[in-house]
Amino acid sequence: MNTHESMSHMIVRRFIKHRLAVVFTIIFLVLSLIALLAPWIAPYDPNAISASFSAPPTNLHWLGTDQIGRDVLSRLIYGMRISLLVGICATLISITIGVILGLVAGYFGGIIDSIIMRFTDMVMSFPYILLVLVAAAIFEPGLVSIILILGFVDWPGITRMVRGNVLSLRESDFVKSARIAGLPRHQILFGEILPNTVAPILIYATNVLAMSMLDEAALSFLGMGVTQPTASLGNMLNAAQSMNVLTDKPWLWIPAGSLIIILVVSINFIGDALRDAFDPNSAQ
Amino acid sequence: MSRYIIKRLLSAIPVLIGITMIDYLIMSLAGNPLEMMVGPRISQAALDIRAIQLGLDQPIYIQYFVWLNQLLHGNLGYSISSYQSVSTMILDHIAPTLLLMVSSLLLSYVIALPCGIYSAVKQYSKMDYAIVTTSFVASSIPSFFLALLLIYVFSIKLGWLPSNGMVTLGTSFHLLDLVQHMVLPVLVLALSFAGSNIRYIRSAMLEILQADYLRLAKAKGIGMKKVILKHGLKNALVPIVSLIGTQIPLLFGGAVIVEQVFSWPGLGLMTMSAIISRDYPVIMGVCLLSAIVVLIGNLVTDILYAWINPTIELR
Repeated sequence: MNTHESMSHMIVRRFIKHRLAVVFTIIFLVLSLIALLAPWIAPYDPNAISASFSAPPTNLHWLGTDQIGRDVLSRLIYGMRISLLVGICATLISITIGVILGLVAGYFGGIIDSIIMRFTDMVMSFPYILLVLVAAAIFEPGLVSIILILGFVDWPGITRMVRGNVLSLRESDFVKSARIAGLPRHQILFGEILPNTVAPILIYATNVLAMSMLDEAALSFLGMGVTQPTASLGNMLNAAQSMNVLTDKPWLWIPAGSLIIILVVSINFIGDALRDAFDPNSAQ
Repeated sequence: MSRYIIKRLLSAIPVLIGITMIDYLIMSLAGNPLEMMVGPRISQAALDIRAIQLGLDQPIYIQYFVWLNQLLHGNLGYSISSYQSVSTMILDHIAPTLLLMVSSLLLSYVIALPCGIYSAVKQYSKMDYAIVTTSFVASSIPSFFLALLLIYVFSIKLGWLPSNGMVTLGTSFHLLDLVQHMVLPVLVLALSFAGSNIRYIRSAMLEILQADYLRLAKAKGIGMKKVILKHGLKNALVPIVSLIGTQIPLLFGGAVIVEQVFSWPGLGLMTMSAIISRDYPVIMGVCLLSAIVVLIGNLVTDILYAWINPTIELR
């Protein structure tokens, strides 16, 4: 047994032990690659209209065509690209806000802490989905608004977690010694404390990413998120609100829904494996 | 203990005031009721008179206090589209939502408690693996998609269950009819709650099973069953109570999308149609009500938590 194993090596080794997570990581990477290379992979232009409307899957169109004759497979690939983009951007925004507020509240304490945390309590008191829906009603629906809405609503959980971490780290010996050594505050905050909270933030981020993608899907499904003609996994499901599509044209809604499930399951498993890998109390 | 309760109640007051402020701010950000009147047949002078009548010529903080005063007298305002009072509308729609959510949460605990406990006790077994994997999948399915799938299978293909509303239109109330209408929405909600609840209960139980007093109980050889039932479960109650507390907000806000898909005539459906028609007084009334319920829920959870678990630091 190598006792001088490096931290990153150990984390990778523990991550790989989680077999299912490895499988889903590979699936997620392949899907992300497909999304990234959409213009080269998609068989058709996602907005190009062909002569066949609502046609079932054929050799020409593997997943059929939608009501106005667009290729479903191409829209699925481009839709996945948009859904991932929304999820990742919204997550980055909420993590940035949450981390900064949490660091400031936890490190400075006192009245600043009280103000930030009471504000966090207030935002958390409104049911999340209601806030998102109300914001979506106030602003014009569209790609940018949905990213901003999800990003600006989902930060309180991260703030609470980061603050809790900072509070316990602030009293740790290495931060105390940095303070005694006379390091400036911002350096203690960003150079000493932040790197030691990266693991929980990363794990939380996978959670937020999964949530954001589910919310994008729900909002677009209700017609309040990403709007036509841009395809997103959620607004492709919007068509299933019509009884005719739901009953007789499963190729229009089942693939998009299944793809959301696969993406979100993958993200959740990656988060779970990261949690195990970073856990200092883990058995091995 | 009573000092803790008083302290906790006092700290809720600024949050409550803040909630009303945010609520009012969103309402004024969302738009001004005069905008709805603007048209070729309305003169500027008429708009000005109306603004004075509605008090819109006052600065925003005065408007806020006027609104707050009305609120304290129980007046949540009137719907722009139906002219009904918002409080009556909420009262009319709250029962179906509570029925739906309470049944779903109960069912989710019925599923999650045995699964979570079994999974923790038999950690790393095949069954544990299967339960955890299933719970991940259950919480990764968008609720509306699961709803569509269930409607597709049980309502359209098999024709067993209705997919719309709470009772069959044109018939008198019948319990069996109500239950049939409840099956699909309750199933969708319960499965998605159960997904996260299983993992929560499992990890709470695991933590307890590793505690020293349980190791001691095991070492004494009083038998695994007795260890789990007598010592484990009792202590698992603490995290489970706080889990229930965090799910109180779901009672109001959690069903918007599912109610929409199943046309369930509750608060969610009402809110959704208010959102679509931009009926701000209704939206804000619902938001305010649910925020206050959440606040009370958190308070009750904290106090219960302190009451069940005497080792908690009361500060």
